[in-house]
Amino acid sequence: MSDITKQSLSELVENIKSKKLSSSEVTKAFVERSEKSKELNAYITEDYANAVNKAKKFDEKPNLDLKLPGIPMAVKDLFCTKDLRTTAGSKILNNFVPTYESTVTQNIWNEGAILMGKLNCDEFAMGSSNETSFFGNVQNPIDKNLVPGGSSGGSSSAVAAQLTPITIGTDTGGSIRQPASFTGTVGLKPTYGSCSRYGIVAFASSLDQAGPMAQNVKDCALLQEVISTYDDKDSTSIDFKRNEYSKELTKDIKGKKVGIPKEYRVDGMPKEIEDLWKKGIEYAKDCGAEIIDISLPHTNYALPTYYIVAPAEASSNLARYDGVKYGFRAKGENLIDMYEKTRSEGFGAEVQRRIMIGTYVLSSGYYDAYYLKAQKVRKLIKNDFDEAFKKVDAILTPSTPSSAFKIGEKKDDPVSMYLNDIFTVPVNLAGLPGLSIPAGHDAKGYPLGLQIIGKAFDEQNILNISYAMEEKINFKNKINDWWIK
Amino acid sequence: MSKNNSEYLINRKDNQYEVVIGLEVHAQVTSESKLFSSSATKFGAEPNTQVSLVDAAFPGMLPVINEFCVKQAIKTGIGLNAKINKRSVFDRKNYFYADLPQGYQISQFKDPIVGAGRVILDMPDGQKEIGIERLHLEQDAGKSIHDLDPQSTFVDLNRSGVALMEIVSKPDLRSPDEVSTYIKKLRSIMRYLGTCDGNMQEGSLRADVNVSVRLKGSKEFGTRCEIKNVNSIKFMQMAIEYEANRQVDLIEEGKSINQETRLFDTKKNETRSMRSKEDAHDYRYFPDPDLLPLEVSDEFVNTIKSDIPELPDDKKRRFIDEFKLTPYEATILVSDIDTAKYFEEVLAKMGKNKDIKLAVNWITGELFAVLNNKNLEISDSPVGAKNLAILVNLIKNGTISGKIAKTVFELMIDGDKDPQKIVEEKGLKQQSDPKALEAIIDKIINDNREKAVEYKQGKEKLFGFFVGQAMKASGGKANPKLINEILKKKL
Repeated sequence: MSDITKQSLSELVENIKSKKLSSSEVTKAFVERSEKSKELNAYITEDYANAVNKAKKFDEKPNLDLKLPGIPMAVKDLFCTKDLRTTAGSKILNNFVPTYESTVTQNIWNEGAILMGKLNCDEFAMGSSNETSFFGNVQNPIDKNLVPGGSSGGSSSAVAAQLTPITIGTDTGGSIRQPASFTGTVGLKPTYGSCSRYGIVAFASSLDQAGPMAQNVKDCALLQEVISTYDDKDSTSIDFKRNEYSKELTKDIKGKKVGIPKEYRVDGMPKEIEDLWKKGIEYAKDCGAEIIDISLPHTNYALPTYYIVAPAEASSNLARYDGVKYGFRAKGENLIDMYEKTRSEGFGAEVQRRIMIGTYVLSSGYYDAYYLKAQKVRKLIKNDFDEAFKKVDAILTPSTPSSAFKIGEKKDDPVSMYLNDIFTVPVNLAGLPGLSIPAGHDAKGYPLGLQIIGKAFDEQNILNISYAMEEKINFKNKINDWWIK
Repeated sequence: MSKNNSEYLINRKDNQYEVVIGLEVHAQVTSESKLFSSSATKFGAEPNTQVSLVDAAFPGMLPVINEFCVKQAIKTGIGLNAKINKRSVFDRKNYFYADLPQGYQISQFKDPIVGAGRVILDMPDGQKEIGIERLHLEQDAGKSIHDLDPQSTFVDLNRSGVALMEIVSKPDLRSPDEVSTYIKKLRSIMRYLGTCDGNMQEGSLRADVNVSVRLKGSKEFGTRCEIKNVNSIKFMQMAIEYEANRQVDLIEEGKSINQETRLFDTKKNETRSMRSKEDAHDYRYFPDPDLLPLEVSDEFVNTIKSDIPELPDDKKRRFIDEFKLTPYEATILVSDIDTAKYFEEVLAKMGKNKDIKLAVNWITGELFAVLNNKNLEISDSPVGAKNLAILVNLIKNGTISGKIAKTVFELMIDGDKDPQKIVEEKGLKQQSDPKALEAIIDKIINDNREKAVEYKQGKEKLFGFFVGQAMKASGGKANPKLINEILKKKL
């Protein structure tokens, strides 16, 4: 079966369950394609031989009751994986091999999936183009020298290029939804507290959330069902009743109220994005949804608020990478000198920039003006959503203010880079679930995404709306395998 | 409340200075596991054998609060008559050090778990109340070991993440003696509660001491210096004494005092500047986003309240009311929970018709002396409460004299022997048979006719001589009361 890698997760699961395909066949197919796709640089660490062995073992005694029976999968290199190097895209963790497994990945292996390797990402998930990775740029399979988005750029590239049937990323300010939008794939950032943060290299603890990235909504729902569990090892994990998202998935969204926030019509937004949004509204109507204009008045302040809160937490979260216990260590004259050299050589420029911003906004004398103020604004942003959700069931916005850009295009302009997250960041600040689905192409043929934002814990609803719209949109990714010789 | 007759003042030519002291006591919470991880907390374990991935701050590891430690902190707060805050917040205190794996210490900065409270001190000139400002929970750091190798520093993370209670007093203390009494009182309360073992040698209890001085009668506080991490009461007293005099000298010379952090050098008996206010760390405190605010219900607090044992102040009051002890005796007996326990056990074993005073005298006299000599805690007393009770009863019912009792006590020490058996085996039972004693006394008077005559003529001092002779003749076993009576009659 030469078209194995073209199958969706749901198809693969079906074919393995009905014994039309073995785990070995599937795993070998994805390994082969991954090996032929080195030019994309989607992987940081490959674990192909082990994957093939595990598939063989699975086939010897297949447990077909599992949700991901023998399905091979590569994951973002921010998830700690037992006995397999975990770098977070950083030199400082270049040699780090965890002795433990993140809860989210453990949930995946418990359902029968098989790890193929670790996917590239921006260093410590800080970036929107995967250009801050110590392990180099990732190519977007859509076009040569196009960024795949970030920080989950290796993940979006790998799913779009069908190197893995599905994957997981993490989303602190848009790191799942923006790369999904840039690669024509589906990405869900769940409600804060839905997926355990245990074993995920931390960027900004109050914002970080793991989520599925897939080729379609149904696959996305299935993986969300697997990874979302209450975990007493994460104090911010929330014990709520979780749906069986894939089973309860429905296209019947008649009468659902979908809000359109006027504040998302930002200055200088390309007409293509505006048009896409209008088209999205029409699709939603076609599916039977009711469109309601809403206001999220503090939207303008979301990005500056995010760029205070996230670096503040990051500056503290990254203090543990000091060369003392694990990871990279530079030689120094004394302890302080060792710290300075280790962290100067071990962290890249963007990470250093954010550590400095974070250190600054937490400093005495600046704390009230920046960090405390940002926390207050964050509350207001959350209140905006609470108010809006009294009137609507979901909110529809563009995922990003533009399509994917060229590698290097924004590298030296951090503010322009940060603007990428303008539509995604408010969702993280409010702790809500948000999903990006591919909804069209721009003039260059690059994919564009729409974002559906839901109430807290209401993943099922936004999955349903996306599922319904997905059918109407009938998006086809234009990928010609340009990187395969 | 305190009277002024024992005021601690520093005198210079024309001026008298008062010393103002506030303490930040770090008390290790008695708990099997750490504040945010399940690692063990045993003292003296091999280095780095009680360290979890959380304690060593591995990537992706998250803290999870240990509910028992929260209970212990609330318990202590109740023992300090303090306000329990139903909502408290854990903050990160950020700084780099080799024995601080996370690069921050999780502590409580703005919203501690326990608010204002108070402690009563029994000073020689009366009671004094010391205000407690707050108590908060925090993690201990690991230990850097600099003296194992000339080039390298070693780090032991066994302590990393161990739960500490920081108990901050108001600047209400005025002398090294008050500081000593305060620390002992805190220790006593926490040992009663079982929330801190108070073992200063093992570092379970240590303090940062804030010292300032001011002219007697002044209402303004002087500039204070903080002496870091002093780990014995004696050193605290020495450090305060040195530091107060240093500050007074500066003022007398017309110089100003720098607000700074100082270290106490126990070898040179002096404090040394560690860092000035300008060089103080900027700890960049902010709420730990890995932990939700800690919220406790009334029910939670009430359950803990219902579990609070009788504390030293109440016990003392009861000892005075119920057992008619003097305040002095009661203070001594309640100061340590094990002493109080021992005392009450002795009383219980003595049964009805007991001589409580006699028991108190034996515990605070003979027993304390033995414990002192052998450097033992009362919990390891060589004489158990049961046998001491028997001994005191033997004296009370006239079976043995107080003097014989001391001999018996000496014999009891080796192996906590039953005094009843010792008395029987060694034939130490008091002679209380009037006829036998009369026979002895008749013989003595006969043998000392001249002295008897002298006594009758008024040389009353000789009565003691006859008592002594009678005791000697009975081998020390004669009932002294009876001897006195018979002698008076016969002479």
